[in-house]
Amino acid sequence: MNVSLTVNGKAVSAEVEPRTLLVEFLRDELGLTGTHVGCDTGQCGACTVHLDGRAVKACSVLVGQADGAEVLTIEGLAGEDGSLHPMQAAFHEQHGLQCGFCTPGMVMAAIDLVRSYPGASDTTIRAQLEGNLCRCTGYENIVRAVRTGAANMEAQ
Amino acid sequence: MSGRDLPSFDNDSRAVHQPLPHDSAHKHVTGEAVYTDDIPEPRNLLHAYVRLSDVAHARITRMDVSASRRAPGVAAVMTAADLPASNDVGPVFAGDQVFADDTINYWGQALFAVAAESPDAAWEAASLAEVDYQELEPVLTIDQALETESMVLASRTLDRGDPDAALTAASHRLDGEFAIGGQDHFYLEGQVAMAVPQEDGDMLVYSSTQHPSEVQHLVAGVLGIADHGVVVETRRMGGGFGGKETQPAHIAAVAAVLAQRTGRPVKLRLDRDDDMVMTGKRHDFKVRYDVGFDDDGRIQGVDFMLASRCGISADLSGAVNDRAMYHADNAYYLPNVRIVSHRCYTNTVSNTAFRGFGGPQGMMAIEYVMDEIARHLGLDAHEVRRRNLYGTDDRNETPYGQVVEDNILPQLYDELDASSDYAARRRAVDAFNREGGTLRKGLAVTPVKFGISFTTTHLNQAGALVLVYTDGSIQLNHGGTEMGQGLYVKVAQIVAEEFGVDLERVRITATTTGKVPNTSATAASSGSDLNGAAAQNAARTIKARLTRFVHEHWNVPEDSVHFRDGQVLADDLTLCSFPELCKQAHLARIQLSEAGFYATPKIHVDKDTLKGRPFYYFAYGIACAEVLVDSLTGEYRVLRTDILHDCGRSLNPAVDMGQVEGGFVQGMGWLTTEELSWTDKGRLTTHAPSTYKIPAASDMPVDFRVRLLESGYNQEKAVRRSKAVGEPPLMLAMCVYHALKDAVNSVAPPRTRVRLDAPATPERVLLAMEAARRLHTGAAAAEALEEVDE
Repeated sequence: MNVSLTVNGKAVSAEVEPRTLLVEFLRDELGLTGTHVGCDTGQCGACTVHLDGRAVKACSVLVGQADGAEVLTIEGLAGEDGSLHPMQAAFHEQHGLQCGFCTPGMVMAAIDLVRSYPGASDTTIRAQLEGNLCRCTGYENIVRAVRTGAANMEAQ
Repeated sequence: MSGRDLPSFDNDSRAVHQPLPHDSAHKHVTGEAVYTDDIPEPRNLLHAYVRLSDVAHARITRMDVSASRRAPGVAAVMTAADLPASNDVGPVFAGDQVFADDTINYWGQALFAVAAESPDAAWEAASLAEVDYQELEPVLTIDQALETESMVLASRTLDRGDPDAALTAASHRLDGEFAIGGQDHFYLEGQVAMAVPQEDGDMLVYSSTQHPSEVQHLVAGVLGIADHGVVVETRRMGGGFGGKETQPAHIAAVAAVLAQRTGRPVKLRLDRDDDMVMTGKRHDFKVRYDVGFDDDGRIQGVDFMLASRCGISADLSGAVNDRAMYHADNAYYLPNVRIVSHRCYTNTVSNTAFRGFGGPQGMMAIEYVMDEIARHLGLDAHEVRRRNLYGTDDRNETPYGQVVEDNILPQLYDELDASSDYAARRRAVDAFNREGGTLRKGLAVTPVKFGISFTTTHLNQAGALVLVYTDGSIQLNHGGTEMGQGLYVKVAQIVAEEFGVDLERVRITATTTGKVPNTSATAASSGSDLNGAAAQNAARTIKARLTRFVHEHWNVPEDSVHFRDGQVLADDLTLCSFPELCKQAHLARIQLSEAGFYATPKIHVDKDTLKGRPFYYFAYGIACAEVLVDSLTGEYRVLRTDILHDCGRSLNPAVDMGQVEGGFVQGMGWLTTEELSWTDKGRLTTHAPSTYKIPAASDMPVDFRVRLLESGYNQEKAVRRSKAVGEPPLMLAMCVYHALKDAVNSVAPPRTRVRLDAPATPERVLLAMEAARRLHTGAAAAEALEEVDE
């Protein structure tokens, strides 16, 4: 089947097998390897991207379902001049990462979280991040990063 | 930069001891960081799939892979019979087969592998093979193994004094048993390797491994070539936690042998379910104890039996169980002690290294006993623990003969008692529980004393290669691997400080066996101690050459020369920039590169008695947890946790803080929600995050207060007086388990004991509470206790 979608602002068109997952398409066809595969089954959140502005787990979405849609991955977040998105900057400065494998998905989920829950409390942040697992940090610095990123996004 | 309240460990240094971000942080937040599965794939890459056994123990009567070979897109199928050389990837002892030959020994053992044009084609082809078994009776549990004396290694005993006499003479004596569950590593990046054939039959292997040298050696053995024909490169792992110490050799060997057979690059990435079924985990333990103590709860003598489920091979089980024995004292003086360790052979996956490496299980044994003593005497367990602590001048010799020379536990207790407001909160928790409501609270403090060094003495060595270029930039290589713990940035900080240059002048490169040979695993918390010191030695050698050159070239005394802020100075006089010096030195034919080496001093162990000084020093910490439990469901929350942890003079307080918080939460998972479950046929039923619950953000302590010990200072000359921090914080989580046990006991009659196995899942907490309630009714306490034991 043929799919046409916009990925990180660029129009993409390709012939794919109908069973192709969005994450496979992003990684294998487009070489966007910042979206990671952690559990293959939609539970760990490492593959989180935005589909029409909402966070989805790209291992649980067929690329066919994204036909005609806009997809944003971690690679498309920073400005053209390389300036970091406020949430990326917050994860960097608050040490919200260790091995970094969950980080892209965590950042993408956090941006959606902030849009859905402006001014979210730590309790809300913790609850809303349940779908994104981190095995390294113990989450404290991640929650701090989301709080900082949220403040910076709202200030923009 | 940090945005957190972190203590300062050195105001004079510019790079080291500073809370700098992880060296790859900017790449992690933009998705640029390359993991093994992200390396651009070679044009003719094949993908491998491994077919696993679906029986725990059986003789293979027929294995027909011809249909797999004929399947579309298949380039090669390899079974044990097709291997060119060794079929073994055992790290210390043989026993870990690449592919099962005639016997299957655990559910999930590799039978054969397929290389095909796509992962799907490989999987489909693998499913076509026909395998017939004749089932054999498996040994699955520790109890079965103990009963049949099924052991993978000989049992060992560590003793001191006369425990039997002490137990007989003691005014109080208790015995009992409990179980401690295992733990899956659940590194977010699963096992993966890509092998790329080179000239002359050589093999380049990209492997997600904590131990490139061992992968190199074992892959070479499987390929039937010399070690020099294999280069293993590891830029970073998406988490390791011990799960990538020995396990990656198997993955890499499968990829490499298929690459050798086909002459094409081969990648093997395990999907999560196969990873969890196929690879080893933390050892689960059964503990029996017999303890004698006085009226104050001071231990007079203790007799421990520690039995662990090792699985089908020795792997690292010898050292894991040794470390369990070495930590069955934790922070306490045991005047008369016997520790018997059984290393059980079972038809389950071979258990392996996991952060703490047996230490956590050993510590849980003595912490459980401390709690039992307190329950029996009707004392606060906090007080019993304090009374049994190692002394500073006496009562300071461990069961293995090493004297605790750097005991800061009394200081940690005092500081945490004050900062956590323990006494008042103890009263408040007891008052809350006396009201007898549905909700119950628990409160507990547990200390950590963790021995730093590989207990296998020869592993305590490391190498580094420091290359200074004529423009003053520096390339840094060492044998340590980066799995997120911040090793690369710490070692770079040490090197930058030596040369007095900005961290940006130091380029950190991927770990490769081609640059630093014969390395030890990045394990045992030793990464920065060993590799940091090796890199420091290399830098200091180069610096000494440069200093002599400065002395000769500028005619200034050698001891006046120093390097700071990118400049070279004689006392306060700036002579030139560091790059200018490098250029001048090169013209004067001064060597600007060096291979550094480091071997930990002072350590030695008698392999027969286990006595000696296995550890260079100890790392200490202490933690307090308060929990709230619903006694009708067993569900609970951690309301508050206070931690005080000693990192010595921290090399990077921001990185170390992350290690402490992350280690604690990972330990909490081990002791609370992470339950591994097998069927009575030996099949693991918890092989995905849907059924295996690691902590999520919502499981964090509601109020989480973590501090690094501001006065931290290593009395031994570990690199820059820092202390290792990788593993010790994991065991801080014992306070959560014991707070839950405290809550359980709040529904039991005074001076009774209730068994609680780990992990203390809500189900186990509920069952223990129900058993505790039954202690109030009719039956004699002893009988009831027996019932609970079942």
